[in-house]
Amino acid sequence: MNKKTKTPLFHVAKRAALPWYKTWAIRGAALLLALVLCGAVTSLVTGENPFAVYGAIWKGSFGTTRKIWVLLQNIAMLLCVSLAVTPAFRMRCWNLGAEGQALIGALACAACMITLAGRLPNWAIILCMVVSSLLAGAVWAGIPAFFKARYNTNETLFTLMMNYVAAQLVAYFCVVWESPKGSGTIGIINQKTEIGWIPQFPSQKYLLNILVVAVLCVLIYIYLNYSKQGYEIAVVGESERTARYVGIKVERVILRTMLLSGAICGLAGLLLVGSTNHTLTASIVDGRGFTAVMVSWLAKFNPIGMIFTSFLLVFLGRGAGEIATKFGLNRSFGDILTGIILFCIIGSEFFINYEIKLTRGAGKEG
Amino acid sequence: MDNKVAAVTMRNITKRFGTVLANDRVWLNIYRGEILALLGENGSGKTTLMNMLSGIYFPDEGEIAIDGKPVVIRSPRDAFDLGIGMIHQHFKLVDVLSATENIVLGLEGRLDLKTAARKIREICDAYGFEVDPNQKIYDMSVSQKQTVEIVKVLYRGADILILDEPTAVLTPQETDKLFAVLRNMRDDGKAIVIITHKMHEVETLSDRVAILRNGQFIGDMPTKNTNAQEMTNMMVGHPVVLNINRPEPVNPRPRIEVKNLTVRDIEGAVKLDNVSFTAMSGEILGIAGISGSGQKELLEAIAGLQPVESGSIEYIGDDGRREQLIGKDPLAIKELGVALSFVPEDRLGMGLVGNMDIGNNMMLRSYRSGRSFFTNRRDPYKLAHQMVDFLEISTPSVETPVRRLSGGNVQKVLVGREIANAPSVLLTAYAVRGLDINSSYLIYDTINSQKMRGVAVLYVGEDLDVLLELCDRILVLCGGKVSGIVPGPGAKKRDVGMMMTKLGGNADE
Repeated sequence: MNKKTKTPLFHVAKRAALPWYKTWAIRGAALLLALVLCGAVTSLVTGENPFAVYGAIWKGSFGTTRKIWVLLQNIAMLLCVSLAVTPAFRMRCWNLGAEGQALIGALACAACMITLAGRLPNWAIILCMVVSSLLAGAVWAGIPAFFKARYNTNETLFTLMMNYVAAQLVAYFCVVWESPKGSGTIGIINQKTEIGWIPQFPSQKYLLNILVVAVLCVLIYIYLNYSKQGYEIAVVGESERTARYVGIKVERVILRTMLLSGAICGLAGLLLVGSTNHTLTASIVDGRGFTAVMVSWLAKFNPIGMIFTSFLLVFLGRGAGEIATKFGLNRSFGDILTGIILFCIIGSEFFINYEIKLTRGAGKEG
Repeated sequence: MDNKVAAVTMRNITKRFGTVLANDRVWLNIYRGEILALLGENGSGKTTLMNMLSGIYFPDEGEIAIDGKPVVIRSPRDAFDLGIGMIHQHFKLVDVLSATENIVLGLEGRLDLKTAARKIREICDAYGFEVDPNQKIYDMSVSQKQTVEIVKVLYRGADILILDEPTAVLTPQETDKLFAVLRNMRDDGKAIVIITHKMHEVETLSDRVAILRNGQFIGDMPTKNTNAQEMTNMMVGHPVVLNINRPEPVNPRPRIEVKNLTVRDIEGAVKLDNVSFTAMSGEILGIAGISGSGQKELLEAIAGLQPVESGSIEYIGDDGRREQLIGKDPLAIKELGVALSFVPEDRLGMGLVGNMDIGNNMMLRSYRSGRSFFTNRRDPYKLAHQMVDFLEISTPSVETPVRRLSGGNVQKVLVGREIANAPSVLLTAYAVRGLDINSSYLIYDTINSQKMRGVAVLYVGEDLDVLLELCDRILVLCGGKVSGIVPGPGAKKRDVGMMMTKLGGNADE
């Protein structure tokens, strides 16, 4: 057994906890690396000046006052859905049904606006919208939660499937309530009467949504970190056996947390339909239910951190749209850049948790 | 025999995990035809050192030589090629496969189970193993599984064998058998390393002993030139008294009365069969048995965590009131005013939350107190500080996640929390498993002080020597049935061992 032995050049070892400034330095370096890579890819593939591309990305979000408001509104809506999934995620319950829960909330809201118009005073209609949206979202999350608590079904698949049911329901009602006839779409609901339109701050179309979500963000942060229920969520998430051992009723916590999760998704649907869009389409949630998963994970389920991660994702998304139109590039090119940036940021976590050690005296033969 | 070439030479081996120095410039020689006991407290780096030899970890610094030739071991496969085989504490076997299938699993070349089975029988005959090559793993006892692991390594041609705490799961009789086999292998010229922290095993089995402390090599010597006291002192670093106190029980009165308790698991297998006994206040009732004889189910049934098929578990208060505990969950039992504390076997998976800090773990029992929607964080952290001082928990701070603590400190956190709410019943499962000598004695003292307070203690243990020294009475379980209850003082280890393997224990050997 006289085979040649080679000493490996390096090996990977787990790091001790790094001080916070070092972890942020690593993340900053990752972002910088991402920008350099994006620039290189851009010049190589398209021949465009990378700085012009960066400028366009920036302008996509901050170019005009209107664009800034749209940016903030998009952040708020994405953050709202992210806040919704976070309590469930902290419980290690993978609610991938936020899309459907928000959609069903939007449907409930639209239903109130359309069917109750003229039959109830406006304030009562708005109250019905709020209650029914939250309830609809909660029920949509409560169904998979019930089966998980009772029969230990897989919540990931169950919630995912519920998305399609919700999408089909919305598609059906879009035809039932179509306006004008034959268009297959609902159009702006109560455009002339503005019945059921949630009142806005004067000439600030998005401010209400942004404020609601900001308050919600703080509330969820306090709920998760300082309330008894938040503590139970954390314990159940870490170990169901420990939870049972101290007498926590795990089934009840799962159900309660998923109902909360669904209700907040319902709120997102309410804000989308009742406050800004005043219409209902099957694509009104725009994939936020899935992007929210990434927002929540990137921020390690910390609601305050999610403000930054949702900003990052919305900013990149809008920048991608801008360069697509400005340079006549395919929108997919923007997605490539987003991919590079996310790859670097997520990849940097590896270097925060592990270090690569060079082997001393590498190359010597045994 | 000073001039023989070492089978393994480890020079200057250093291994770090983050800031923890697991091995610090360790030198170790392993010789053929010799059984080396690698002795050390928990966290002293025994397993880490051997894992580097078997290719699981890669050393940060240092060199390894086999038969005088420097080698690099990057993976378990490299280790196998060099004839090194390790038998881990946790077996790595596929339950639904037979012994033979497990043994040839992963080997290259044509699959020929018949030839393999024949070769396995030859190995078994040569060393005195008893294993049926065609038996499925799920049909096997723990000791049979261990045998399969050993045969697996031998089958692959290992002549340097490392066993990581092999006796932790065995009865005294099975241990004797294993030791006989190991001696046969030694006489056949194999190099054998056994990792342990049980002193009497070192004395009966090994030829040479090497001692590690805090990752450093302290010394090695022929076993016959030393004794338990000296080895213990070297392990711990200062003189230790090796006696466990057994104060007289104080005013024992019935506290927990278990009658005809029968428990089935989810698959319907009987785990406890018609078990009856009474636990007294101010007394430690030891529970002995081979692992999996129903100890876990018994404690969990009392704690309200295990559904019960039939029988009764009654709590008898100081005032004579009786409370039925069956059908109540831990919260309901607490609401009855029964102060029941439970130190479960699975500390980080059940008793504590590994990712939470000490303060948050203290809160597990108390977070419900008060009517507020919010948790009271001040008192648990105050308690955490008290516990750290009182039980000498070594931790950077009370904000350190408990999974970062060593095994002994994790257990101190758990025991500390469980005695903090002044229990009247204390259930402990393997309270000192994996703990070093200092921590173990601290736990014994703590349990004894609870006994003196008039607590009824149920102590499930695996080390018979400790059970015999610590407990006032010992209940022996065998296959879910009560094999007998013997008084602790004067009980014979051999008799209890017999009762563990055979109902009543009156064997005809």
